[in-house]
Amino acid sequence: MNQKARVIINEIWCKGCEICVDICPRKVLVMQDFVAKVDDIDQCTGCMMCELLCPDFAIVVHPAEKSKKSITE
Amino acid sequence: MNSRTFMMQGNIAVAEGAIDAGCRFFAGYPITPSSEIAEHLSKKLPEIGGRFIQMEDEIAAMGAVIGASLGGLKSLTATSGPGFSLKQENIGYASMTEVPVVIVNVMRGGPSTGLPTLPAQGDVMQARWGTHGDHPIITLVPASVRESYDMTVQAFNMSEKYRVPVIILLDEIIGHVYEKVTLPDPLTLELVKRKKPEMAPDDYLPYINDESMIPPMANFGDGYRYHVTGLVHDETGFPTNDTAKIEAMLTRLNTKLDKYQDEIIQVEETDTDDAKIGIVTYGSSARSSRFAQRQAREAGIPVGMLRIQTLWPFPIQAIHEFSKKLSHIIVPELNLGQIAHEVEHAVRGNAEVLRVNKITGEPINPEEIILKIKECV
Amino acid sequence: MDYLPYLRKDKFPHIWCEGCGDGIALKAILRAINNLGLDKDKIAMVSGIGCSSRTPGYVDFNTLHTTHGRAIAFATGLKLARPELTVLVISGDGDATAIGGNHLIHAARRNINLTVLLYNNHIYGMTGGQVSPTTPMGDFATTAPYGGMENNFDIAGLTIAAGASFVARSTVYHAKALERMIEAAIKKNGFSLVEIMSPCPTAYGKINKKGLPKDLVLNQKTQAVNLEKSKTMSAEDLRGRIITGILADREIPEYVNTYDKIMSSAQRR
Repeated sequence: MNQKARVIINEIWCKGCEICVDICPRKVLVMQDFVAKVDDIDQCTGCMMCELLCPDFAIVVHPAEKSKKSITE
Repeated sequence: MNSRTFMMQGNIAVAEGAIDAGCRFFAGYPITPSSEIAEHLSKKLPEIGGRFIQMEDEIAAMGAVIGASLGGLKSLTATSGPGFSLKQENIGYASMTEVPVVIVNVMRGGPSTGLPTLPAQGDVMQARWGTHGDHPIITLVPASVRESYDMTVQAFNMSEKYRVPVIILLDEIIGHVYEKVTLPDPLTLELVKRKKPEMAPDDYLPYINDESMIPPMANFGDGYRYHVTGLVHDETGFPTNDTAKIEAMLTRLNTKLDKYQDEIIQVEETDTDDAKIGIVTYGSSARSSRFAQRQAREAGIPVGMLRIQTLWPFPIQAIHEFSKKLSHIIVPELNLGQIAHEVEHAVRGNAEVLRVNKITGEPINPEEIILKIKECV
Repeated sequence: MDYLPYLRKDKFPHIWCEGCGDGIALKAILRAINNLGLDKDKIAMVSGIGCSSRTPGYVDFNTLHTTHGRAIAFATGLKLARPELTVLVISGDGDATAIGGNHLIHAARRNINLTVLLYNNHIYGMTGGQVSPTTPMGDFATTAPYGGMENNFDIAGLTIAAGASFVARSTVYHAKALERMIEAAIKKNGFSLVEIMSPCPTAYGKINKKGLPKDLVLNQKTQAVNLEKSKTMSAEDLRGRIITGILADREIPEYVNTYDKIMSSAQRR
């Protein structure tokens, strides 16, 4: 069982610059009502680019975790 | 015990007073006639574990002393007119952020480059209002070498106690004159250090408006992580645009010294009890004045002298009281009447205020004052 | 990394504009500090005036927001008084090279152990977009309505010539590289400067038609060229590019250390 990646967006701090949406290589994020929102979390590879480049401290990425069993599955 | 009797120059007395007051940081820039202070401290401070640095300009020197004071060191800078002008922005910063610092200005002829090697007292108003905005400041004016030492110790004490920049105004005469002095044993000096906070860091308000009106001051690196800014701030130290907070902060800042006026304001009165003619003066002009006052008394003229020691806050009350019995007050000063103006204000018409002014870079000859006294009789 | 332990959270959201590079730069600084495991009580952050200089208000260190251009002078005094503190200076292109130029030069000359993080946005942003010593020739600003007519400051060249131990440059886009440079700069016992290209979409970007706020940061990907590559390129090809990397890293006696040695010998006499 994999622990899915989590991308948490603080909508109050987000100023809607769209850097995260554009930088994401897997189109995980979209803009909605002027703030960023997670659209397709399954695509997230945990590259952290959105978190690294968010100027507003508004996005936090917890990459997906694989459980020990997955190596032999 | 080493002898503490010396033939000492005024500037050196300032430097020695600073050391004995616990000053362990000096940042400055060479400028006549104050450079001796820097030179002396450049040698002495390393010997006692203190820090000396000649900065690249006067503005940097003022910034450095504020930074060092925030780190916990009693800090001094010294300059003259042109450098004093340069320092003003950062003096205002120290006043606004309530960081203790002592600034020595050995006044010389101005304006501008002026008369670098000759005395004047033309920066007295600048000491009060040189930096922009309403702000508190304390200014002391010694009239002898011994007093230069004593006032430097006082300046540090006041600066630490009231969290305010203290300016010591010498002039080229006081700075360069040599006099025999016997300095006190430094261990007998009463020294004041800034009040430290007792509460936990989480509860610390660096600019708290309490009964004392002087907030306790944590040093950087001691566990209280707080914010210091020149922007108008509230009790937390962070900038604010809230009108009530602005009012509260600036009011406390500008009235905090009022509470302590009696301790801060000092004047020296000579033969004032039965005086009919008064002399109000300060610094090197007080030396000429004292001579004239004594001569006048010997000739039977009832002249008394009030020597201003604390220039700012101005001794309004003391001068007003003095003026009540007088017909005339003479104000000798090495400028065009900057303090005479303040004296007139304090006197409120009780006596006629006359000026003896000199701006040629020469000291006032007592004869000139005697002539003025005779005009009043 | 969890940034929250380093932030004064109640001050957020911060005042920087949508797409401003300053927040990205701050995160790189905090990651570097975290990597080094520094104690918050022993960090002092000193700034001047400008958008860059609002940074200290947002972080949980000993913070000092000084007068325009003078942060380095205040930091010098603080460092001498408390040499055990890690003293970081946050400044901007106007703050550090115009009004503050003299202090930058002399701190580099002294090689005093400060780390200067200079946010370069080619403009005076806070005051509405006036021309700065780093506004590219021909670019517009509110005080350069006909286009800038002055050559730019080579900040790195200046500080290296003055005597700095460590000088580096990065864009905010290259966030990991920036983080590593800042870490090395803080570790260095000497004067270190990291020039951080942090774009201003509001003042600089709009008047120079650089696109949407996000475009200024995203375009840094192709604008940047690393030092080694740049050495093989012509001046023509380098126009408009940002040369990034560690530009100087040398061992020079540090000022406070030198002072301490002299102080020891003075005390022994």
